[in-house]
Amino acid sequence: MTTLRYAYYPGCSGLGTSKEYDMSTRAVCEALGMELIDITDWSCCGSSPAHTVDDRLAGALSARNLVQAGDIEGVDAIITPCPSCLANLKTARHRLQKPEFRAEVNKLLERPVHGDILPVKSVLQAIVEDVGMEELRYRVRTPLKGMSIAPYYGCIMNRPPKIMEFDSHENPMALDNILEALGATVAPFNLKVECCGASFGVARRDIVERLSGKLLNLAAENNAQAMVTACPLCQMNLDARQNQINVANSTNHVMPIFYFTQLIGLALGFSQSQMGLEKLVVSPRELLAGAAG
Amino acid sequence: MHVINLSKTRDQEFISRVEQESGQNLSLCYQCGNCTAGCPVTFVYDIPVHQIVRLCQAGQKDAVLGCHSLWLCASCQSCTTRCPNSIDVAHIMDTLRHMARRDGYATEYGVKSFTDSFLESVERHGRAFELGLMMLYTMKTGKFWTDVDLAPAMLAKGKLGFKPHPVQNKEAISKIFKRFREEFAQ
Repeated sequence: MTTLRYAYYPGCSGLGTSKEYDMSTRAVCEALGMELIDITDWSCCGSSPAHTVDDRLAGALSARNLVQAGDIEGVDAIITPCPSCLANLKTARHRLQKPEFRAEVNKLLERPVHGDILPVKSVLQAIVEDVGMEELRYRVRTPLKGMSIAPYYGCIMNRPPKIMEFDSHENPMALDNILEALGATVAPFNLKVECCGASFGVARRDIVERLSGKLLNLAAENNAQAMVTACPLCQMNLDARQNQINVANSTNHVMPIFYFTQLIGLALGFSQSQMGLEKLVVSPRELLAGAAG
Repeated sequence: MHVINLSKTRDQEFISRVEQESGQNLSLCYQCGNCTAGCPVTFVYDIPVHQIVRLCQAGQKDAVLGCHSLWLCASCQSCTTRCPNSIDVAHIMDTLRHMARRDGYATEYGVKSFTDSFLESVERHGRAFELGLMMLYTMKTGKFWTDVDLAPAMLAKGKLGFKPHPVQNKEAISKIFKRFREEFAQ
């Protein structure tokens, strides 16, 4: 099999609050024949704060990484696990096609943007499109039988479609198809692309408690035993803040929130610790013991 | 009831600035309300998103830049995705936030402080340093107890580093901010 090679943009949260996402992404990609080459000295893409302050500042913070990815030889795309990084890098790339915007951003950069910029994809998109479901199914060693999981995509993985160019923006199926390929049961979940409250957890926790609370309620009503996400912020709101949400809404959810790469890893035969499962705040131990037994 | 005298308060320059900076044609909006219908944060908005666009069309600068909604938009892109006239509504919201900042409106101090703390962290280290960001936010707002209940679990799981992970060429990033202030900040 030919190896797929990518410029990899880990994103800041991968160094902290979503360590287990970065860990499991690296392990799973290697196992699926995807070679990740970290972008040299990558820096923050600006996340959501930068674009709320200025388009050109946000553009420059992303562009520095796009330029440095261009130094890597033999890659056709940049991939990143985080939808917020993805949206910033893709939006910057899109806007940089306009000469006026490019000229203004270049005024801010040590190394200006010249010529073409590599396409940007999510790790999810690369696994779905470049590896494919057939190959994934073929590599499953320990199917996730008996686990009913709600697929939650978050809001910006597929929106706006003109920029994100992947999957359906109202009813995406990438995570559904992956769960199915891994042998899990896909719980019905019609809030797939609803917002979790994003980065308001700190300044306006009431927003996260209400929006993420709604997601947990629906997953539980549909008898999901866990949820799966592709976004560090969604994961943090649903997992680390689950207790805050329970207190605010008088609920008592105990719902493990996996990264999709962790579930792929388990099905491929990696151990729970290799997938960083002990880093999840709501422990999936009982659920996984039940599934194995 | 809040009454606006449209002929006396119409600010044409504001309309042009919004259109130019967002790259959107405001007159395309015919107030169908699809953006508001899909907006997840309307419950905390003082003015729903379709009315913000209407107020922009009518040049109501003060009403728009002084509202809370601008700071509470989650950038979820639902409005942009579902607009039947392909107006990038989320980009209008972003543009209005930029203008509100520049013109000194800040109706949600906590949200503004979080954004400022985040960017200060990036300017200093080149990457977001989560614990440092929370410390900056605490200093700005005095909200010591914010998320203090999360800290033990996050620390125990090794998810909150005590040290930043700076990039090697830190100056390259701080210079982006410096040049930005010199070139564009008013």
